[in-house]
Amino acid sequence: MSELQDLYQEVILDHQRNPRNYARLPTANHQAEGANPLCGDHVTVHLDVKDGIIHDISFEGEGCAIAKASASMMTSVVKGKSVAEAAETFKNFHQMVTGGQDPCFDLEAMGKLAAFSGVSAFPVRVKCASLAWHTLNAAIHAGESKNKEP
Amino acid sequence: MSYPLDIARIRRDFPALAQKVHGYPLVYLDNAATTQKPIAVLDRLRTSYIDECANIHRGVYQMSERATASHEAAREKVRAFIGAARSSEIVFVRGTTEAINLVAQTYGRRFIEKGDEIVITAMEHHSNIVPWQMLCQERGAVLKVAPMDELGDLILPEYEKLLGPRTKLVAFGYVSNALGTVNPAKAMVEAAHRHGAIVLVDAAQAIPHRALDVRDLDCDFLAFSGHKIYGPTGIGVLYGKQRLLEAMPPWQGGGDMIMSVTFEKTTYAPPPAKFEAGTPDITGAIGLGAALDYVQSIGMEAIERHEADLIAHAEAALTRLPGVRLIGRPKHRAGAISFMLGDIHPHDVGTIVDRRGFAIRAGHHCAQPTMKFMGVPGTARVSFALYNTTDEVDALAACLAETQKMFRS
Repeated sequence: MSELQDLYQEVILDHQRNPRNYARLPTANHQAEGANPLCGDHVTVHLDVKDGIIHDISFEGEGCAIAKASASMMTSVVKGKSVAEAAETFKNFHQMVTGGQDPCFDLEAMGKLAAFSGVSAFPVRVKCASLAWHTLNAAIHAGESKNKEP
Repeated sequence: MSYPLDIARIRRDFPALAQKVHGYPLVYLDNAATTQKPIAVLDRLRTSYIDECANIHRGVYQMSERATASHEAAREKVRAFIGAARSSEIVFVRGTTEAINLVAQTYGRRFIEKGDEIVITAMEHHSNIVPWQMLCQERGAVLKVAPMDELGDLILPEYEKLLGPRTKLVAFGYVSNALGTVNPAKAMVEAAHRHGAIVLVDAAQAIPHRALDVRDLDCDFLAFSGHKIYGPTGIGVLYGKQRLLEAMPPWQGGGDMIMSVTFEKTTYAPPPAKFEAGTPDITGAIGLGAALDYVQSIGMEAIERHEADLIAHAEAALTRLPGVRLIGRPKHRAGAISFMLGDIHPHDVGTIVDRRGFAIRAGHHCAQPTMKFMGVPGTARVSFALYNTTDEVDALAACLAETQKMFRS
């Protein structure tokens, strides 16, 4: 069961039980929706970006433990980061969960995102872990939206 | 073989069941998706490819004659298995999906007109929704959906209310793949016929679990897939009443479906050849025939009784687990049980039990409207075949209890 324990680490279960930044975001000026049509998981990422800095971020949606925990942890990691830093983190995260990282990949530098390294042993679950990140990426590249009160 | 079945002996007929998954013995409980294949089917495919690997319906040499005879013998086995009057009413197709699309695109395009109504049920598989939606869009017809109750049973009076003079076609699943509901097929056919509608029965999930007779059901079309009844993938059956198959235009054009071809005019072969253009899945059909021989050697009645035991045992074992909610508690069930394990997402359940060797299904089961109605994003589903045992069910229940512990810790 050790691969399972690597996948469902306590920190991941904690994030899925108590997701961080799970809300709408009144100050949001970028957003995007993402979905895995095959499994029905869906997520909406709201961003408040000014001068290339992610000042605030939140998400909403439904999905499995991996998808939810990944979205939750992503929001807590990229909050306050620059758009460029977030993109770099996504690149590294993607390498980590697909197991495609080069030999000198620094897992420690991933910080708490390293909790998702166990995903690489479960290829069919990679899409769960990366859904929120793809959606973040789409939100960043989406045109700036007028702040709409929900 | 009589009831109770000699399961140890039956399991030896299925070499796939002896394998290990992640170091644990495989417990295969995704039979609604596809079934494992008995050695008798595998052997038949092999001998077919060695002894009679020739094209059918055209060779004048002996090997082609043998292949043709075996292929047509398989058609006859299907006819006998479903109680059709003539083997010309048996059209070989790729599977249930193709059978339904064939009817929608030939019968439907010829006979469904603007304003006509097609009735399906709220628990259909996507393959019995989308072809009709496409047809309705093209012809300006209207798709009506008969509702089910919260237990997953069709509300028969509501279904009957939907039927009327504009109802031209009714299509429904005999057994729901997502909920396990056995629909009152005979009563549904009768009601539709009272209004002059044609009825297609999707028997994909019924065929491996119960004896059925198309003349007793009196359905106009019936569709099923070979791979769900221990046969190969890529072969399936459309049964159609002779007079309907004759009235329908052909589907795909090509070799084998013609009487004569000139550049001015082609005359078509009679059914079933009219619907079987091109070289068919010859070996697949022969393998399906072997699969039907196999289940008949055991007996559909004995299979039905064995599976009823499994289902009763599994319903009890699952509901004993705290937090388990069965999705669908139909009055009559066959094949499948869908459930939620507390608030653990079905995909997490599927991944965790897989690591202990259990193959179960997690997701929407190609029945998104059913999931939406039940208020769940998807379910975990176990589905049974004649080779499953109550020990396997107990082992799964223990593994599910462990899964719950893991998520609670």
